[in-house]
Amino acid sequence: MTTYSTTRAAQVQKQARAARVARPYMHPYAAGILLGIVLFLAFFLTGNGLGASGGMNRIVVLFEDALFPAHIDRTPYLISMAGGNRNPLESWVVFVSLGTILGGFVSGWLNGRVKLETVRGPNTSVRTRWIMAFIGGVFMGYGARLARGCTSGQALSGGATLSVGSWVFMFAVFGGAYLLAYSVRKLWN
Amino acid sequence: MTPFPLPLDQLLGSGGAYLVYLAIGFAFGAVLEMAGFAVSTRLAAQFYFKDMTVLKVMFTGIITAMALIFLATGLGLLDYNLVYVNPTYLWPGILGGLIMGVGFILGGFCPGTSLVSAATLKIDGIIFALGAFFGIFLFGETVGWYEAFWNSSYMGRFTLMDLFQTDTGIIVLGVMVMALLAFAGAEWAERKIGKQTARQPRWRYGAAGGGLALAAVVLLIGQPTNADRWNMIAAEKQPLLDTRQVYVHPGEVLSYMNDRKIITMLIDVRDEADYNLFHLRDARHMPLAQLDTLVEEFHALPENAVVFVMSNDEAQATEAWRYLVAESVVNVYIMDGGINNWLNTFGEPDFKEEAALTTTTGDQIAYRFDIAYGERHPAAAPHADRFTLEYEPHVVLSIKRGPASGGCG
Repeated sequence: MTTYSTTRAAQVQKQARAARVARPYMHPYAAGILLGIVLFLAFFLTGNGLGASGGMNRIVVLFEDALFPAHIDRTPYLISMAGGNRNPLESWVVFVSLGTILGGFVSGWLNGRVKLETVRGPNTSVRTRWIMAFIGGVFMGYGARLARGCTSGQALSGGATLSVGSWVFMFAVFGGAYLLAYSVRKLWN
Repeated sequence: MTPFPLPLDQLLGSGGAYLVYLAIGFAFGAVLEMAGFAVSTRLAAQFYFKDMTVLKVMFTGIITAMALIFLATGLGLLDYNLVYVNPTYLWPGILGGLIMGVGFILGGFCPGTSLVSAATLKIDGIIFALGAFFGIFLFGETVGWYEAFWNSSYMGRFTLMDLFQTDTGIIVLGVMVMALLAFAGAEWAERKIGKQTARQPRWRYGAAGGGLALAAVVLLIGQPTNADRWNMIAAEKQPLLDTRQVYVHPGEVLSYMNDRKIITMLIDVRDEADYNLFHLRDARHMPLAQLDTLVEEFHALPENAVVFVMSNDEAQATEAWRYLVAESVVNVYIMDGGINNWLNTFGEPDFKEEAALTTTTGDQIAYRFDIAYGERHPAAAPHADRFTLEYEPHVVLSIKRGPASGGCG
């Protein structure tokens, strides 16, 4: 039974890749349960949860350190990551982020969903979408560091371990997005 | 000792530990992609109540992980003390969260999902990730202007159990029920506002029931108390007391007080009156009943820290040692013979002759003090070179387990 369904799944994947048809996504609750198991295993094995913005931060700092090492050594926030001869990439969260990129690519590729495209709302031009994506990214990156973690490192990880700060943070993120959603509805609808 | 979390660095070396993190990240990225989180329009639909996938996946993930984590800690498999719990910085968290909400609705991603989107070659995902890199860079350059705010409203490891002053099981069950109600609301919104007509699978009722059952089990088995935790490790740790390996001679304690490369914590668990009469230089007064307030601080100590607990004799200090060791604090030692032995070792001959009490029994102070000297007494910080002492050193600094830095470290 198992062998049959795996071969069958492999066939469907092959067809999807050949025909460039994206397979449908997993049901949200099923994906959520899987996500919960991954998050649990992260805590169970390592004591750490998940993270993304921390890994991105260290990549930024890697470039800063290569260009302006003296600046890093004079900025308290950056010293802890790359001060002196510290290597900013020597951190668990960098490897989680690298894994996230790899895992995302492999899953997308197996399911025929790797495609060079710009995903946008029906009434949004490609140009507007690109500009808004960049501006949104700037806000997101800035806020994530201010809040000491992003959706992965604060909301998911801190939510599951029942940290008060993380739950408050989660409501703030949703609150901020819902407050502004109506004003920018043309972007997405 | 609870077997999990694993001491990865000791087991696999740092390279092997990084491979584990890479594998965890891989699974994380794959799940995000399978959930459809590489596609911005799907994520943004959440905020128009049309497609509540984000809420469903996120909260299902949180409650699943939560139930499994507290089942594992309840069964004594996982040590909650060694699990990283994001420290609460209330206002920076709220302001950062609001800014992220703005970024989310404008850009359509959060940092993790933008990585997955970029990995599947969505141009908007790549541009968002570049924007996020730039935002992170800006933060690093500007946080110095308002560092006081960034570090404000710090509440440490502050959990919902602490907030509501209730048991873990009740919180777990409560969060589970609230999440399931939120899912019911989300499905209602999808039908009413999103005009979704597709039938939802029936297995989700079974899954909801399973989640509730799991939370009920967590509530029933409860979480280990300090006494339970001690019983789990007694077979391994009691011999350390019996063979007196963790009793440290006053001379060795003094050598650590004078060692600038080691962070030495002196914890005096006697009652306040005794502490006021005499205590070691820089010793902190901490009665047994309040020891729990130190656990978090001790877990945050760097690897080159050592804790000495002391009472007049040894009985209370041994209790304190049991308590801290059961809470997985490492590098804790007991002062051999307590303060009485310290005074006997470092007191001036005149003082010892005059002040010695002959009637003292048990864990009581064996010397008389006419006034409350505190640490102004000469014996509070004796000169090490004035004494030639022979003792066998007992302190062995061990490597800590637990999270490397945690959060988005």
